[in-house]
Amino acid sequence: MDALKLEKIRKSFGQVEVLKGIDLQVADGEFVVFVGPSGCGKSTLLRIIAGLEDATAGEVAIAGARVNAVPPAKRGIAMVFQTYALYPHLSVRDNMGLGLKQSGAPAAEIARRIEIASTMLSLEPYLARRPAELSGGQRQRVAIGRAVVREPKLFLFDEPLSNLDAALRVNTRLEIAQLHKRLSATMIYVTHDQVEAMTLADRIVVLNAGRVEQIGAPMELYNNPANEFVAGFIGSPKMNFIDGARLGETARTVGVRPEHLAVDRDKGDWKGTVMHAEHLGADTNLYIDTEKAGLLTARIFGEFRAEPGETIFATPDPARTCRFDAEGRTLR
Amino acid sequence: MSQARSSPARTAAAHAILIVYTLIALFPVLIVVMNSFKSRKAIFRSPLSPPSAETFDLVGYQTVLAQGNFPLYFQNSVVVTVVALAIVLVFGAMAAFALAEYRFRGNALMGLYLALGIMIPIRLGTVAILEMMVASGLVNTLTALVLVYSAQGLPLAIFILTEFTRQISDDLKNAGRIDGLSEYRIFFRLVLPLLRPPMATVAVFTMIPIWNDLWFPLILAPAEATKTVTLGAQLFLGQFVTNWNAVLAALSLAILPVMILYLIFSRQLIRGITSGAVK
Repeated sequence: MDALKLEKIRKSFGQVEVLKGIDLQVADGEFVVFVGPSGCGKSTLLRIIAGLEDATAGEVAIAGARVNAVPPAKRGIAMVFQTYALYPHLSVRDNMGLGLKQSGAPAAEIARRIEIASTMLSLEPYLARRPAELSGGQRQRVAIGRAVVREPKLFLFDEPLSNLDAALRVNTRLEIAQLHKRLSATMIYVTHDQVEAMTLADRIVVLNAGRVEQIGAPMELYNNPANEFVAGFIGSPKMNFIDGARLGETARTVGVRPEHLAVDRDKGDWKGTVMHAEHLGADTNLYIDTEKAGLLTARIFGEFRAEPGETIFATPDPARTCRFDAEGRTLR
Repeated sequence: MSQARSSPARTAAAHAILIVYTLIALFPVLIVVMNSFKSRKAIFRSPLSPPSAETFDLVGYQTVLAQGNFPLYFQNSVVVTVVALAIVLVFGAMAAFALAEYRFRGNALMGLYLALGIMIPIRLGTVAILEMMVASGLVNTLTALVLVYSAQGLPLAIFILTEFTRQISDDLKNAGRIDGLSEYRIFFRLVLPLLRPPMATVAVFTMIPIWNDLWFPLILAPAEATKTVTLGAQLFLGQFVTNWNAVLAALSLAILPVMILYLIFSRQLIRGITSGAVK
């Protein structure tokens, strides 16, 4: 049985249609990430699944039951928000227990579940504190704990790491991944950060302008993007897009990832000059102005000494170039 | 303030301006309070001098407490102000929450309608209000005053609180919904505590005109049993003879309750006014 099933979900705010027919099936225990640029409708879709927003058309089913008319608290979901959204006047313990208390669970059961969740997230020392007395990372752990305590059928994460600093983001990402393994729960995770999407997801749903561009495993999206948008969105630095006509190709656009460009000082397909070099230690990004293909980004692993103005040759890996037609679809 | 950004001369200038402003603002109050403790002759001979051993006289206060029914007037004023204030704050915040939180047809129109009262003085409707009160038998009751003052205070309250309610994080309200809190509990337990500073601001702006009003008590509730302090003080203002001692004493006493209410709200008020600027 599907943990979540979306059928032809549409959503309009007044005249503006933000979701234009979304279909999706999520299997039990799967970790699915919605990713896309801001304004693509990913957060709205999550809020429709949560019941915080009504779909204009379409059906939402959680664990096989249609929930379009079921209030959020009765959908068997739990949600973690970007801004933590802890209740400022309640202690950590009461924050985690409130949902269960509302649903009428016995006190002993609430205490037991809080105990389990706080051990899992090492929150025991903070149970008596108020949210204002916690750091950002601790607050987000409490918010995750609040979700765990509910033992939901479906976990929903709305950009949970966006308010954390870089180091904490990596730690919390790891914690969420471990949580998924330990609970083997179904999770839906919204982010605009493709690193989070690639590292956490079993399957990624790429959204753009209210439509699903592609659904697939992270490496599938990386290796076989369905269209130009997905190819450009997944991977960093971004894929190079070259006008097909310049290369004498029939395809409208040819795409080469920066890491699939071989760079050589003496020979190669495309001759050019180095515009700028970024030395990151583990790899080096070169911006090369080529005569034939225009401005390209090349990513070289390890250190590579190159000065702006230097002449250099770039050669694409023919097995890993993508070709797109006039509508941006991948040509196979 | 940091050392680098303050110079003694500038600080002195700023304080000088503030002190001058404080003196100007407090001067009338000071004159009233000072003269209320003086004998009638001293009030007219040297109105600006503070009471001395020679001119000190409590005759004003004695008159006020002996004549008329001042404790009752005070009670009436306090009841009307506090009840109207409570109604304005609770219903104003609720209306603000509805306008800020829910999308419904005519939301913007409703907001405009509720804000219209800021622009139209309620006194224009006095005749209609009086007719309505007569028809419903509410003349000479405190209820009449409470109703009118609630109507007078609500527009500004809704206008200010709507803006503040919009700033409260959606995530917090949604977290409450997912935890199964009713919309009422979300409003009273999550939203209202966060609205405290702007509500204190609204409370002060609502309270003072109500306390000081002479117009509606005079028209709607002039009976002895329902007189407010401001109306009661008029007792001593005659066409030919005015008992200045009593008037000044009554006004001095009338300052006290508002001051107490102000002190209750002031900490929150300062936070409300500065929260936008400092944060």
